[in-house]
Amino acid sequence: MLKRKLSPLARALLLLIVGAVLLVLSGYVDELRTYQGAQVAVYLVAIASIILLTGYSGQISLGHGAIMAIGGYGAALSYGLWHFPLLLALIFGAFAGTLAGFVLGVAAARLSGPYLAGSTLALAVGLPSVADQFKVLGGEQGLSFDIGDAPNWLRNFEGEGFTQYKWFFWIAIIIALFTLWAITNLLQSSYGRNWRASRNNAVAASLAGINVARGKIFAFTVSSALASLAGALFAMLLGIVTPTAFPLTLSFTIMTGAVLAGVGNLAGSIVGAVVLVAIPELSGALATHLGSSEKITSNLPGLVTSALLIIVVLFMPQGLRIRNVRSGKTTQ
Amino acid sequence: MFIDTLLIGLSSGAIYSLMALALVLVWRSTRVINFAQSGQAVLSTYIGYEISLATHNYWISLPLAIAVGALIGSLVDLLFMRLLAKRGTTGPIAEIAPVIATLGLLGLIQSVIGLIWGNAFLQYSSPLSAKGFTFGTHTIPFSPQNFFIVISASVVLGIFGFVFRFTNLGLALRAASFQPEIAQLSGIRVNLVRNIGWAFAGAAGAVAGAVITPTSTLSPHSLDLLFVSGFIAAVIGGLDSLIGAVVGGLVLGVGFAFILQYISSALTFLVGFIILMFVLLVRPRGIFGERVNRNA
Repeated sequence: MLKRKLSPLARALLLLIVGAVLLVLSGYVDELRTYQGAQVAVYLVAIASIILLTGYSGQISLGHGAIMAIGGYGAALSYGLWHFPLLLALIFGAFAGTLAGFVLGVAAARLSGPYLAGSTLALAVGLPSVADQFKVLGGEQGLSFDIGDAPNWLRNFEGEGFTQYKWFFWIAIIIALFTLWAITNLLQSSYGRNWRASRNNAVAASLAGINVARGKIFAFTVSSALASLAGALFAMLLGIVTPTAFPLTLSFTIMTGAVLAGVGNLAGSIVGAVVLVAIPELSGALATHLGSSEKITSNLPGLVTSALLIIVVLFMPQGLRIRNVRSGKTTQ
Repeated sequence: MFIDTLLIGLSSGAIYSLMALALVLVWRSTRVINFAQSGQAVLSTYIGYEISLATHNYWISLPLAIAVGALIGSLVDLLFMRLLAKRGTTGPIAEIAPVIATLGLLGLIQSVIGLIWGNAFLQYSSPLSAKGFTFGTHTIPFSPQNFFIVISASVVLGIFGFVFRFTNLGLALRAASFQPEIAQLSGIRVNLVRNIGWAFAGAAGAVAGAVITPTSTLSPHSLDLLFVSGFIAAVIGGLDSLIGAVVGGLVLGVGFAFILQYISSALTFLVGFIILMFVLLVRPRGIFGERVNRNA
């Protein structure tokens, strides 16, 4: 891939340009599209967390929805209750998720395949109910996470049309691009190389002096940091965190995104994120076309997603890509 | 109180065992965790529901639902899993391809059910009372339906145990999952035997769905949590072991019942997670799982 040859600095410049273009473009599209753009950015971060974990470190997690919930609750709690500034609240959410991810990662490094899948699945089902147990987490009603409008200096600078959704979009897109930049660098460092080596052949990797277990724990921790950051942003978009906002299906959704992206391909996470946001929209349009009865509107998105998932796994294991541009060096 | 809780735990544990058994059967033969299992079970339960509507008789619908469940299991293997195996997925997706494929199938089944029957909660009722047995003035929360659940789960487990241990088919099933190539060379038709394993698994899931649904309601997602419990039970027991599935199911069922009774209903799955983590940290392959050597 072309991007691989760029130096970290050049990549940073490229992403800066992309970011600037997107932010300028956001002034020309309507509210709904801006909100969807922010959703894409959030999914991008969440999908990147799965790609890092599964594609590079070879671990599986069905519980990343729960990690996202930790991030969301951490951010909402620190913002609403302790009055952290917004950026610090998002970072606090990510920090809480990172901590949880480290603990989980220590356990996960001992488990393989279905055992890991089973444990993380149990976590995804069990964790949201914790919120019901503590008053400070708001129970069923959840916690409000209303960040309000953009600060005045920005609105003065950008003019009256700078709505809350645009502010969401700016925050999400800047964080997502920064994350993407950081991960690309990480994956091309010795850490990324060690992960790939351990995934491909754990015995050979450990003979070559790589601490496989430590690498797995580190991968799980970094992946959880990303997932919880995505969760914090997700909560920001919703304006609230509730136990039901992070259902089991969320874990499956982001995994779907990672599969559509091609699990070993970080750049593909953009495709995955766009498709995840587009599916409800497209199937909604299709449902209207088919005469929108309740049965059709509520089941068509699931049908489309599942069919897409099966087709990709069976026929396009490299993900939704026009052609395979990669030489294969990094994915093998 | 203690006895009541224990009985309730055994009744739900029996159902978890059936679900875990279905997962273990598939895992042993195909090395796939079949996430579509809850979808298959719920589909066969819907068909049982339709039959019970047509015949007004639960006892006719029950065996037919089980047969349909077996048929669905067999078809999933024939039409879907063989294709997945043939595609021989490689690359980074290989780790999660079976998980993703069966999750996709689950979503497909559930949305098709939703398209046909809608997402409303249906009542698939059985003639057995859901009211607890009464001894003098004391009514225990254990009903004839619960009793029937325990009986039918025991019967299914007994039949499976007998088939696996004492019949040629059972021997073939064990051989095909233990060493497929050598089994093939010994004249066992591995593909056929594997398909029978899938049919057994489908039937076990169908029994679980058809006997548990009368205690609550039927909807496309009504068996999802049962599946999660069954999965946890199977992992606790060690995915390779049929006995492990039964023990795991009972441990989890009784554990959940006591948490429900004495601590809080909301925390059941979190405690399930903690039990699971505890078991796996002591024995990473489950209680009855085989130990593997380092280079496996």
